[in-house]
Amino acid sequence: MEYGRRKSGGSSATVCEVPYVPDAEIAGICKTYGNDKHRMLDILREVQDRYRCIAPSTMEKIAASTGLTRIEVEGVASFYSFLSLTPRGRISIRLCDDIVDRYSGLEEVTKAFEDVLGIEVGETSSDGAYSLEYTPCIGMCDQAPAAMVNDVVLTRLTSESARSFAEALKAGQSPEHLVSDRFEVLTPHDRALRMVDNNIRHAGEVLLGPVPDDAGLNHAVGMTPTQIITAIEESGLRGCGGAGFTTGRKWRFAASERAEKHFVICNADEGEPGTFKDRVLLTERPHLVIEGMSIAARAVGAREGILYLRGEYVYLRDLLQQVLEERRRRGLLGENILGVKGFNFDVRLQLGAGAYICGEEGALISSCEGLPGEPKTRPPFPVNRGYLGYPTVVNNVETFCHAARILDRGAKWFHDMGTEGSHGTKLFSICGDCLNPGIYELPYGHTVWEILERVGGEDAAAVQVGGPSGTMIARDSFHRKLTFDDLATGGAVIVFNGERNILEIVEYYMSFFVHESCGYCTPCRVGNVFLQKAIQKFRKGLANPEDVEYLKDLSGTIIETSRCGLGMTSPNPVLTTLQNFPLVYSAVTKPSKDGIRDTFDIQSAIDGARKIAKRRSYIFDRDFTQ
Amino acid sequence: MSGTRRETGFSFTIDGVEVTAYAGQTIMEAADEAGVYIPRLCDHQGLRHQGSCRVCTVKAGGRSVAACTQPAAPGQAVENETKHLNKMRRDLVEMLFHEGNHLCPICEASGNCELQAMAYRLDMTETTRFPYLEPCRPLDASHPDIALDTNRCISCGRCIRASQDVDGKGVFGYVGRGIHRRVAVNGENLAETDAEVTDHAISQEVCPVGCIIRKRVGFVTPIGEREFDQGLIGQEIEEKRK
Repeated sequence: MEYGRRKSGGSSATVCEVPYVPDAEIAGICKTYGNDKHRMLDILREVQDRYRCIAPSTMEKIAASTGLTRIEVEGVASFYSFLSLTPRGRISIRLCDDIVDRYSGLEEVTKAFEDVLGIEVGETSSDGAYSLEYTPCIGMCDQAPAAMVNDVVLTRLTSESARSFAEALKAGQSPEHLVSDRFEVLTPHDRALRMVDNNIRHAGEVLLGPVPDDAGLNHAVGMTPTQIITAIEESGLRGCGGAGFTTGRKWRFAASERAEKHFVICNADEGEPGTFKDRVLLTERPHLVIEGMSIAARAVGAREGILYLRGEYVYLRDLLQQVLEERRRRGLLGENILGVKGFNFDVRLQLGAGAYICGEEGALISSCEGLPGEPKTRPPFPVNRGYLGYPTVVNNVETFCHAARILDRGAKWFHDMGTEGSHGTKLFSICGDCLNPGIYELPYGHTVWEILERVGGEDAAAVQVGGPSGTMIARDSFHRKLTFDDLATGGAVIVFNGERNILEIVEYYMSFFVHESCGYCTPCRVGNVFLQKAIQKFRKGLANPEDVEYLKDLSGTIIETSRCGLGMTSPNPVLTTLQNFPLVYSAVTKPSKDGIRDTFDIQSAIDGARKIAKRRSYIFDRDFTQ
Repeated sequence: MSGTRRETGFSFTIDGVEVTAYAGQTIMEAADEAGVYIPRLCDHQGLRHQGSCRVCTVKAGGRSVAACTQPAAPGQAVENETKHLNKMRRDLVEMLFHEGNHLCPICEASGNCELQAMAYRLDMTETTRFPYLEPCRPLDASHPDIALDTNRCISCGRCIRASQDVDGKGVFGYVGRGIHRRVAVNGENLAETDAEVTDHAISQEVCPVGCIIRKRVGFVTPIGEREFDQGLIGQEIEEKRK
């Protein structure tokens, strides 16, 4: 069954051998993680990296070492895109298949890789050297087309550069050497900058301007947990991941929950196509992120924290590990932080493995626990019972950075920026058809027009605010403001000019949601497939006027009955374009003439019978003389 | 029902009918005790609540929630049997029909099938608008006493929970993601697992459809005399109120 454009894993036309893996080696990997079933994602990632797949025999060994059943291990291994039950190439090339990448020349880049490597997308070479596949947005829309080659990111690809990269790989060069001959001696920060441009176009006052080291944490240690929470509440800070829940309230709920342990988790799993602001903060302000986490830990009484990094940002792993090490060395993590007795907190880095849903709070916690990334039943909420059943604060990268800055400069300073209800600044990641894609730190309250003027996107015909789950607006709405109360956004702004096909964009977004739904609940698992198919019908010009009602009706059911935010917002690309671009739909809609189901082609259906019977149909062959 | 729980009882309403609940009860548990039937497929008595089929969607305090996982709250006004909610439920049941291959006339479970019975109860009498996904899923007849026709599986996961929690085995589990998410067995095939025909997970009451099939007992009760041939699904709960 093919429900999206992407072909990945499993369907290799050329099958290569499953490598033999001695049981002792698997047992060794499990032991590194204390045979802890909650570290399943780390175990599986390591097995995948070493042996290119998670074969049935390895699953049995992992299950035996961690006290699980094989099917439980398989449940995790088969959930994440970056893990595979069939062998992938020693070098795994993942081309970013975002709509922005498609509009920036993905097709030529794909062709260059296919030509040189002699395999098609979805295949692994017969000698097991390479595999080539598509992957959804990897957070590089400002420098598309982009690709991941094992842990290395390549950006601004052209058919020429793709060809030369592929040839170099074929000649035996390592992915790291595609980036620099001196890769080994570069610092983690330099490595990241060699691979990825951060494109900071406008630095604001809070996050990207000058930030003194640990000034927020220094203030926080002199305050009581209640004072810290009050300061965050008074600042008006709301979560920057998209949902916009009041941060101070979240911390207060978690702090007031009596429990043996509390946890603080940083959600570094931005995955909404078009979003890449966290990538920039993690590269340029990693200390500020951990500082914010430490402040939250003091506020709620947590001793342990987890930084959950999306698998696509694996190129930042060494950089973040180095920062954590440095902070431990400087007494900013660990026991008695900054000499304050009893202030103990440390952070573990948890890498994801390619699952957009893990940006959802509950799914992220499931993933940290070594489970498939499925959202949890609410209530209970994470602040009451989260990671391993303990009260847990989950905040986004940007939110933690803001919190640290608020503790340094004070609640009022932050509260005075932005608009009523949307205080402070916001990082906007802007990409698509504009002259200056990149990161802009601006106070809340700018209109879309103002943003477009700033980025050189004045000829925009459509702007997607808040990524696929947000709102697609037309020129008549460009006066609207980017705030929580008007156009809410986690940060993504994607600009499309008049040459882009709105329905193609909508179909891409729907196939993204089909690919990324966890499949737990019926409406999201099945309904999104139906929506995608319905949009295809419009694109083929086979839609009736009633199909517009069908789209609205089906969307309504998915939104109302879905279990988590993914399904509650996945029909938005359809609904907001129906509302703001009605002519696009009506232009391709026509009443059906013959009453036959529109997607049914009678000619091809009877063709087999026609050939066998060696005669034509009096009823359906339009011109019997042919 | 212990005495202490009764002391903490509180009341709320379902479609205007006053219902008593106890702290920790879900809306559905309280409704079941009071003789109010809320349609459901993935939820089953004696098993952990999962909240995945969403057929039990009700409106509580204006918000749509799954009655099987949502805790009952004092004074709450719950809507259950409304035209709107039954339409949502019918959409969900239709989605399940279209996701798999459900050929009622040739299915061993006809008349005993909860999916089929739910379609009747929700008045799914017209041709549906959804496209058929027509998947091609495997048939596992490896086990001497049990067969699995996963074409009829609706991913309710009742077998998974029954095997794990009641039988203490873990014969079944979910694999995959999104539309490819499926119930699979703990081994190459069912014969490789420790499944036995006497397991609770294999019993007729656990699988709501004709996916888990016990060999050599088919058609012992003829079609026409089966459970839902006698009356609507949920009737036994509603009879408590009479």
